[in-house]
Amino acid sequence: MNNRLRVLRAEHQWSQQDLAERLGVSRQSVNAIETGKYDPSLPLAFRIADVFALPIEAIFLRE
Amino acid sequence: MSGPFGKSPAMRRYLWRLGILMTLYIAVLAAAKLAFRHIEPHGLLAYALAVLPALPIIGVFWAVMRLLLEESDEYLRMLMVRQTLFATGFCLVVMTVWEWLQNFDLVPPGNGGFGAAFFWFVGLGFGGLFNKLTIGDSGRCG
Repeated sequence: MNNRLRVLRAEHQWSQQDLAERLGVSRQSVNAIETGKYDPSLPLAFRIADVFALPIEAIFLRE
Repeated sequence: MSGPFGKSPAMRRYLWRLGILMTLYIAVLAAAKLAFRHIEPHGLLAYALAVLPALPIIGVFWAVMRLLLEESDEYLRMLMVRQTLFATGFCLVVMTVWEWLQNFDLVPPGNGGFGAAFFWFVGLGFGGLFNKLTIGDSGRCG
């Protein structure tokens, strides 16, 4: 699954650590999601959507 | 979420438990060896003393499983699950091959002190390496 996490994070000028703290996860998790190594669970995907105030489908894209 | 030194609360609890259990293991092992050397226990007491050093090792299995349950970061938990599955598979393979080598008398009986627990812990190390090679991240378990 592709995602726009890196772009959205850059727009907010957040580091991976900043986003990790907002989500309550490790920086490694943010990095793994951004690089497509790990697809988050639905609850975490909703938390990510809430942080960016966007619908999930605006962040996560079908391949 | 990470705390001081980049460790999650679940990982810090695990490290504490591991430290306590390992200290207990060394103390109990020394006590059991001394008892067998000097008291020469018999019957039920001998069985109880022989099993005593196994208990902290079983405690470490429990601590690892608690870590899997308590880690709230789903990505790190996934890495740990892969690591423990790798360790379990590695241990089963080594013990099965060893057993069959013994069945055909190609290696001597006994295990020279290297039992299933030893190979499971070695497997945890290899499991971290497996995660590093396949995902690029070894996680924090072990």
